[in-house]
Amino acid sequence: MNTSRFRIILYTLAAIVSLAGLADATYLTVQALTGETLVCGGSPDCFRVLGSSYARIAGIPMAAFGTLAYFGVFSFATFAAFRYARARAFFKLTVGTMFLVTLWLLYVQAFVLHAFCRYCLFSAALVFGLSAIAVLVPSSR
Amino acid sequence: MKRYLPFFIVGTVALVTIASGTMLYRAKRLPALAIPENSTTSAMGGTEMVHVRGRADAPVTVTLVEFGDFQCPPCANLSEPINQLERDYRSRLRIIFRHFPLPNHQHAREAALASEAASLQNRFWEMHDLLYREQSVWSKAPDVRVLFSAYAGMLGLNIDRFRKDMESEQAKARVTSDEQQAITLGVRTTPTIFVNNHEVSHAYLNPAGLRGSIDAAMRARTPVSSTQ
Repeated sequence: MNTSRFRIILYTLAAIVSLAGLADATYLTVQALTGETLVCGGSPDCFRVLGSSYARIAGIPMAAFGTLAYFGVFSFATFAAFRYARARAFFKLTVGTMFLVTLWLLYVQAFVLHAFCRYCLFSAALVFGLSAIAVLVPSSR
Repeated sequence: MKRYLPFFIVGTVALVTIASGTMLYRAKRLPALAIPENSTTSAMGGTEMVHVRGRADAPVTVTLVEFGDFQCPPCANLSEPINQLERDYRSRLRIIFRHFPLPNHQHAREAALASEAASLQNRFWEMHDLLYREQSVWSKAPDVRVLFSAYAGMLGLNIDRFRKDMESEQAKARVTSDEQQAITLGVRTTPTIFVNNHEVSHAYLNPAGLRGSIDAAMRARTPVSSTQ
C-alpha cells in the first residue's frame, strides 16, 4: 500500500471516529440545555460529573465545545482525505488540543470529583483514538 | 465535481447535526421549566403553605387537588396530562398538589422533602415536574440525596441551602401536614384527585377522564373550599 492511500484510509477512519464523537457531544449538549438527567441510567457518578461546575464554562456546556471540536476534526479529516494539504495541519492541531483537554477532564473526574461519566469516558476513548491516528498518519514531504 | 465533494460532505454533516440536535432538544426539553413565574405560586404560611399552579388572581371556576406520591408510577403518568390540562384551561383551572408519600415507597418521603426544600427557594413546581419525570431513575438509585442535590443544581438552587432545608423541621412539618389532611379526608392511595371537592373515581384517573370531570365541574360551577 502506498503512503498516499494509507493516509486517505487514516483520515477516513478519523472522520468516522469524529462522527461518533459528534453524536455523543451533541447528545450531551442537548441534555445540558434541556436539564434532562436520564443520562448514565441514573448513575449518581454521572450526575456528579455532568452537574458539576466543571461541566460548564461561562455558562456554556462543555459538551457544546466538544461538538464544535468534533465537527472541526471531521471537517479537517474530510478535507485532508481529499488531499487538501492545509487541512492536515489543522487536523493535528485540533486533535492535539482535544487530547490535552481530555487529559485535564480525566484528571478532574478522577481526582477532583471522584466520579466518572460514561459518556465522557467514551469521548475520551475517541479522542485517544484520533490522537493515535494523528500520530500514525504519514507527514507529507 | 470531486473538488466540491468534501464541501458537500461537511455541509451535509453540519445540517444533519443541527437538525437532529434541534429535534432532540424539542423532544426532551422540560415544559414545566418554561412556566411563567407569575403563574406559579406557593402560598406561604408555615405548615399551611399550599402549592398552587395557576394565576392567583384569575377567575378560577375549577380547582383540582391532587394527593400524590413522587414514587408512585400512576402519579408520574398523570403528571404531564395534568400540566397539559392546566395549559389548556389556563385561568379557569387551578391545580393544587398535596403530599401523601406511601410507606411502601422507599424514597417517597425524601422526594417530598426535596420538593419542599425546593419550594423554600420558590422552585416547588419545577422540582415536582423533575421528580416525576426522573422517577424511574431516582427510585432505583442507592443514594437518592445525591440525585436530588444534582436536580437542585440543575434547577439553579443553592445546593447547600437545599440540603439543609431537606432536613429542616419546616419541610417535614409541611409533608406531615398534608399527610394528616389526606388521612382526615379518607385518602388511602395515590393519586387521589378532587375536582371542586368531589373525588374523581379511579376509573377516570386518566387524561380523558380528568378532562371530562373538569368539564362537568365547570358546567356545574360547584363552589370550591374544604379540600384546599
